[in-house]
Amino acid sequence: MNNGPEGSDPKQKPVTAIPTLAHTAAERKQGLASSVLERIRQTQPRSSRIPDAAFSVLILLTAISVFAIVVFVAWELVDKSRLSLHEFGIGFFVGHDWDPVSGEFGAVPFVYGTLVSSFLGLLIAVPLAVGVAVYVTEMCPIRLRAIISFLVELLAAIPSVIYGLWGIFVLAPLLREYVEPFLAKTLGWTGLFSGPMFGIGMLAAGIILSIMVIPIIASITREVLTAVPQNQREAVLALGATRWEMIRMGVLRNARIGIVGGIILGLGRALGETIAVTMVIGNNPQVSKSLFAPGYTMASVIANEFTEATGDLYLSALVEIGLALFLVTLIVNALARLLVWSITGGSAGRARA
Amino acid sequence: MGVGIEVRGLNAYYGKLLALKSIDMTVAPNQVTAVIGPSGCGKSTFVRCLNRMHETIPEARAEGTVIVGDMNVYDNDPVEVRRRIGMVFQKPNPFPTMSIYGNVAAGLKLNGFRNRKQIDELVERSLKLAALWDEVKDELHKKSGASLSGGQQQRLCIARSLAVEPDILLMDEPASALDPISTSKIEELIFQLKQHYTVVIVTHNMQQAARVAEFTGFFLMGSLIEYEKTEKIFTTPSDKRTEDYITGRFG
Amino acid sequence: MLKQPGDARAQKVSLWRRTKNYAATWFAIAAAVLVLAPLLAVFAYVLIKGAGSVNLAFLTQTPKPPGELGGGMANAMVGSVLILGVASAIGVPLGIGCGIYLAEYGRGRLGDLVRFTADVLNGVPSIVIGMAVYGLIVIRQKHFSGFSGGVALGIMMIPTIARATEEMLLMVPNVVREAALGLGIPKWRTTLSVSLRTASAGVITGCMLAFARVAGETAPLLFTAFGNQFWNLKLNQPMAAVSLQVYVYALSPYDDWHRQAWAGALILIVMIVAAVAAVRIATSRGMLKGVS
Repeated sequence: MNNGPEGSDPKQKPVTAIPTLAHTAAERKQGLASSVLERIRQTQPRSSRIPDAAFSVLILLTAISVFAIVVFVAWELVDKSRLSLHEFGIGFFVGHDWDPVSGEFGAVPFVYGTLVSSFLGLLIAVPLAVGVAVYVTEMCPIRLRAIISFLVELLAAIPSVIYGLWGIFVLAPLLREYVEPFLAKTLGWTGLFSGPMFGIGMLAAGIILSIMVIPIIASITREVLTAVPQNQREAVLALGATRWEMIRMGVLRNARIGIVGGIILGLGRALGETIAVTMVIGNNPQVSKSLFAPGYTMASVIANEFTEATGDLYLSALVEIGLALFLVTLIVNALARLLVWSITGGSAGRARA
Repeated sequence: MGVGIEVRGLNAYYGKLLALKSIDMTVAPNQVTAVIGPSGCGKSTFVRCLNRMHETIPEARAEGTVIVGDMNVYDNDPVEVRRRIGMVFQKPNPFPTMSIYGNVAAGLKLNGFRNRKQIDELVERSLKLAALWDEVKDELHKKSGASLSGGQQQRLCIARSLAVEPDILLMDEPASALDPISTSKIEELIFQLKQHYTVVIVTHNMQQAARVAEFTGFFLMGSLIEYEKTEKIFTTPSDKRTEDYITGRFG
Repeated sequence: MLKQPGDARAQKVSLWRRTKNYAATWFAIAAAVLVLAPLLAVFAYVLIKGAGSVNLAFLTQTPKPPGELGGGMANAMVGSVLILGVASAIGVPLGIGCGIYLAEYGRGRLGDLVRFTADVLNGVPSIVIGMAVYGLIVIRQKHFSGFSGGVALGIMMIPTIARATEEMLLMVPNVVREAALGLGIPKWRTTLSVSLRTASAGVITGCMLAFARVAGETAPLLFTAFGNQFWNLKLNQPMAAVSLQVYVYALSPYDDWHRQAWAGALILIVMIVAAVAAVRIATSRGMLKGVS
């Protein structure tokens, strides 16, 4: 730090009006780090006051614009769905029939499809993502750590439409030829694996979603596992524990809140995923117990029917579905971030969503 | 009744670095042995080699012979070794997600204890041995392990180690993170514990070594320079280096 | 007597515990393999099925009418570049500005509100953003446009860039700022030329990550840019994009279009990988001034 000349000559350019060390020390004692900057700013030549003010206004405007964008989005959704809200009320979400021709709009098939595909996706993704994270942080040779982490992150970089493309032409035939017959033979009695096997359907959607959601859960899990202090691991080992017991009692147990947060964040992502799901779910607004059957999600129906929607009510119904999606993902994401921040204490919950 | 430790030719490595050079030491049963020396002399490494915690650090390994009672430490499953040799760390590390009861019972649950009554008894006994029972007996299940004061947390960690009935208790600077009152409580505790256990304590505090230990080993740069009755080391050390350390010329 | 024989003296670690340990290790390894397998599979298939179709015709021609063979995605590639250009022009300044606000000016309640808002924006499904922009712009203009597509994508870039900028700026030590201010450099210039410059590597990485994320987006373009089978360089007309084209082709019943979809997918992946790699190379070679 500069030890410039003490005191200042008011007639000189304030460039030399550097605060004395004693003054600075006193201010620091009050714990006001920013007051140093304040004082320095007050000794600035007037000629920079206006550009400074202009700059801060500009910056403030960008921050406000972000706020404004969210408000506009929300308002737009509420406004355009007013017709449908007025017409159907809450009944919209318990109505079973989606029949644009007769003007009947019930959203149950889509809510069902969204929930089932998302939960199926999580069911597959959670053990795999937590497993990979545990492998990378606790078991893997150090040299492999960076590579495997990078590759898992790469999964998140693949665009949704490419997953969909791969889903249609690679995954679906695989399911149709091998996996679904196998499941029907072994677990068909549950009723979950029955009916015609197209390959395309709820099962395909769940699998694709799991692939897309794994990187998020794995990344957050990895962060919270690494945040567990080493002395916790040593404490368990010193009691005479196997490695798995050490991981279970000393690491996973301490990190469980953060892991749950990561899972919820993954849920938020799954609920809103559109393109890949639309391409493999079959787009049939039926509620069906079997996972082989085609389904329809809230995001998919919007993607498919929005530009074809004839009539204001039709469009409004679709916007209402979008509004519901907006609110649900908002709540889910807020909850998730709360949980993750409580463990990592800060903005570490950066989501590669 | 008690169990002794026999160390012969112990070498410890961090990667290529030789941190402990051919250590020989015999620890008699039911005695407290202090390990002293300046920072970086290898005293923590030595103690961590006794219960095979040293090798949990990546690229670290140890060679030589360590015999605890009738068990050849490096010839046995490290998991079993660590159950028979307890360890208390410098910074108290209770499990924050478990209650006081849960902390003490943790080692028992790991070893397959299921009988609730049996566990209750062992938890009570361990907490009494650690001189913590009276302070926490009404809040065993309600308070978490981390909500206690520093000194209490360390005694909790001692109780946790004792619950699985080890033969030896290793303590790595157990009181260095504590206030003077807690420190003296811990020292008193060590004095009591030696009736039942053999204790090896690492300390950078020479007065502490003089207060609690019958034998003291002085380490310097990875070698055991002198190993003697505590009284003798602090009054008439044989080696000049020991004398220099004791009188404060370095470290 | 303190030590009772029997109960606490299980001699060997039980077989059950050892089995659990092995099983856990193998499960974790299996998880790693199962997670990485689709990555490999997707990359492999895109490469194998797409490489053969990325030829000169594909890169220079526009789509042929449905059912006819041949044609290409030249218009979609140009369209993507234009749309992403608009998106970056909106997303980068707003994102960096917001990040500067959060790091330098808004450490209080208002700052918390803005941060929360940016998080909310990050979590909004992309299709919902597309719908909102449709209402805000497309309906008012009464036609689809590349511009509205750029706006939708730009909005999606903001949270990622803002958060990266904030994090990077917070990592710049206060002494650097104080030194600059003590030399008489006004605050606005300190923020731009000193703080931001020091943080530039991370900020640029953030921008490229945001760019890579939106480059492959399809949903927000469905009701904004809408797509276009012909050449169009006008931003106020419907515009083609590679991601849109791949989507439409994949869902079509024509084999030739399927073939071209794979080629388009390859183009997309190459674009994204190139963007990320370029940033890595530039920052590691220190080609960015002011980077330590």
